[in-house]
Amino acid sequence: MKYLDEYRDHRIALALAAEIRQRTTRPWVLMEICGGQTHTIMRYGIDELLPRGIELVHGPGCPVCVTPLETVDKAIALALRPDVILVSYGDMLRVPGSRSDLFRAKAEGADVRIAYSPIEAVKIAGSNPDRKVVFLAIGFETTAPANAMAAWHARDKGLTNFSMLVSHVLVPPAIRALMVSQTNRVQGFIAPGHVCTVMGCKEYESLVRDFRVPIVVGGFEPVDILEAVLMLVLQLESGEARLENQYVRSVSYQGNLPAQQLMAEVFEIADQKWRGIGPIPRSGLRLREEYAAFDADRVFNLGEITVDEPAECISAQVLQGLKKPTDCPAFGMRCTPENPLGAPMVSSEGACAAYYHYRRHRVAS
Amino acid sequence: MSTKSPVEVKFELSCPTPLPAKDTILLGHGSGGKLSNELIRDIFLPAFQNPVLARLDDQAIVNVNGQRLAITTDSFVVKPRFFPGGDIGSLAVHGTINDLAMGGATPLFLSAAFIIEEGFSMDELRLVVNSLRQAAAEAGVHVVTGDTKVVEKGKGDGLFINTTGIGLVAEGVDLSADRARPGDKVLLSGSIGDHGIAILAQREGLEFETQIQSDSAALHTLVAAMLGVSRDFRCMRDPTRGGVSSTLNEIAERSRVGIELEESSLPIHEEVRGACELLGLDPLYVANEGKLIAIVAPEAASTVLQAMRRHPLGAEAQIIGTVKKENPGLVTMRTPLGTTRIVDMLAGDQLPRIC
Repeated sequence: MKYLDEYRDHRIALALAAEIRQRTTRPWVLMEICGGQTHTIMRYGIDELLPRGIELVHGPGCPVCVTPLETVDKAIALALRPDVILVSYGDMLRVPGSRSDLFRAKAEGADVRIAYSPIEAVKIAGSNPDRKVVFLAIGFETTAPANAMAAWHARDKGLTNFSMLVSHVLVPPAIRALMVSQTNRVQGFIAPGHVCTVMGCKEYESLVRDFRVPIVVGGFEPVDILEAVLMLVLQLESGEARLENQYVRSVSYQGNLPAQQLMAEVFEIADQKWRGIGPIPRSGLRLREEYAAFDADRVFNLGEITVDEPAECISAQVLQGLKKPTDCPAFGMRCTPENPLGAPMVSSEGACAAYYHYRRHRVAS
Repeated sequence: MSTKSPVEVKFELSCPTPLPAKDTILLGHGSGGKLSNELIRDIFLPAFQNPVLARLDDQAIVNVNGQRLAITTDSFVVKPRFFPGGDIGSLAVHGTINDLAMGGATPLFLSAAFIIEEGFSMDELRLVVNSLRQAAAEAGVHVVTGDTKVVEKGKGDGLFINTTGIGLVAEGVDLSADRARPGDKVLLSGSIGDHGIAILAQREGLEFETQIQSDSAALHTLVAAMLGVSRDFRCMRDPTRGGVSSTLNEIAERSRVGIELEESSLPIHEEVRGACELLGLDPLYVANEGKLIAIVAPEAASTVLQAMRRHPLGAEAQIIGTVKKENPGLVTMRTPLGTTRIVDMLAGDQLPRIC
């Protein structure tokens, strides 16, 4: 991991910040898509190094935050069935559904297990033939190949007690939805480096062309973020709109083709609801017909339910970059990581949690 | 719930109702973070209210016939029971000795209680007991009383151990979390996160190039070496559950001071840093079992640091921060970029992130 040090080197970071200050003549609104990038910005205080005119707004790229309330409720309902073992990524356990969360379900006796890889869920199914194992398969394009691999393995092994509750979201349709929104303020995007490691840069070309908006694929370390901001500023200041790749050490034009192939074999593109944002056409993934036997929605006949969310927290505006977490009257008062009102306060990648953990002192003073 | 179609959902404000963690015990109540503190504040403190308990230190110090007696108790439920660098037996000795040592006490006697699940392997029990015996012998303490309970199969997770320790505090030693003052220095005895990551790697079957060893160790001789060179100590704590962050937040809160850390001075082993990067964990929240944090008067800091470095368990000791008057109750950290951020206390356990 030593190689990361140069991407945290304060001399390089400060030199980049100085160049950004020098090159910026007008105000620009930039959005980092990924919650991991938001986390780095807050953790290292990168926005403090930028000139006043550069505003970083935080995008919808927190997988936990945009998973619909219905999916959380379905997962809790499944977990509470005595015949079910629900396996999930750790982040999801504290996300509030409409009445409970998976931690509480676990305290009530539900068999909820944390996995680091979806393949673990397949193994659990293999060693518990008398139980039904449901994996909560959520995330962006980043987790989709591993989740696809789990379904593929389960089918390959002929498992009949494994299924996935799928809520997968895709980045490019979300950027499109933001750009066509009348309230959009974003003039340049830092595209998510991990997603692009899987999908390549190619998907973003049409967005640059259609909206004449510069997009730079960026990494997750301080130097990555600052370099991506500089690349965007240089384009914006010279009136250009191009697709550029800052995260060249990981991202190629085509991406990871075998991973894409596996995703395409297992999943198909579908309409998807985003928590806090609403439905976005063709912005998600669902299991293909050939994998219907592994689709928890169909196996357990969960049906289409919609849960009304009381209008209190402003996660919708936060996830679209319209407001900062600190604009919310509930921030840090009635909404904290212990008692979150909305998902962005839960996940380590959520913008509200990032502000709460790293910035509360500034709000207080 | 309604059957309204998703298409009708507009770009509106949305949020679920708050879910206060008041009705049932959650795993987070045992994490050493905010939920644990709430539990102590709401249930235990009001029930047992007394001035000794109210100090909320790792050990109680009571006066008996002119002798200052330190008492502490700790229960051990670690899974896996055997891990690189230790096991539940040695940990049960080190953990309790360290809680005594953090009060400046010389540990003398231990009790050991075993709650064993029906069907547990006798060989494994022998291994654990032998390790406990050896750790106690090495630390120079005696296990002088004990208890055994067997619970039905399925009613316990193999083996739980509780140890209680008694020690004596020398005259003139007064360590407590409410004594930190602006200007004091924060000393850390060595690298952080080793124990938590060793346990996690073993439990989850994660393999790294070099095996990460738990730092489980008895710290009383290090404490004695430190007290030997100075008496200008405010407080000592071992950053176990909840890590360095939770410990420092408690001190900041109890003393009503701010604590500012210097990120570049935090000793973290390369492999632990790598594992944390990979899993999305922050080493500041990962448990340690053989490290201590000392808050020391500024004029004594360098003498104490040198004494620590001469001891094998303090060889990597560092001054990691300073106590401030600003931001009382908060721990902040200067990043290598010269910016400042909060080092918060977590609500419950740290959760590995999704991607």
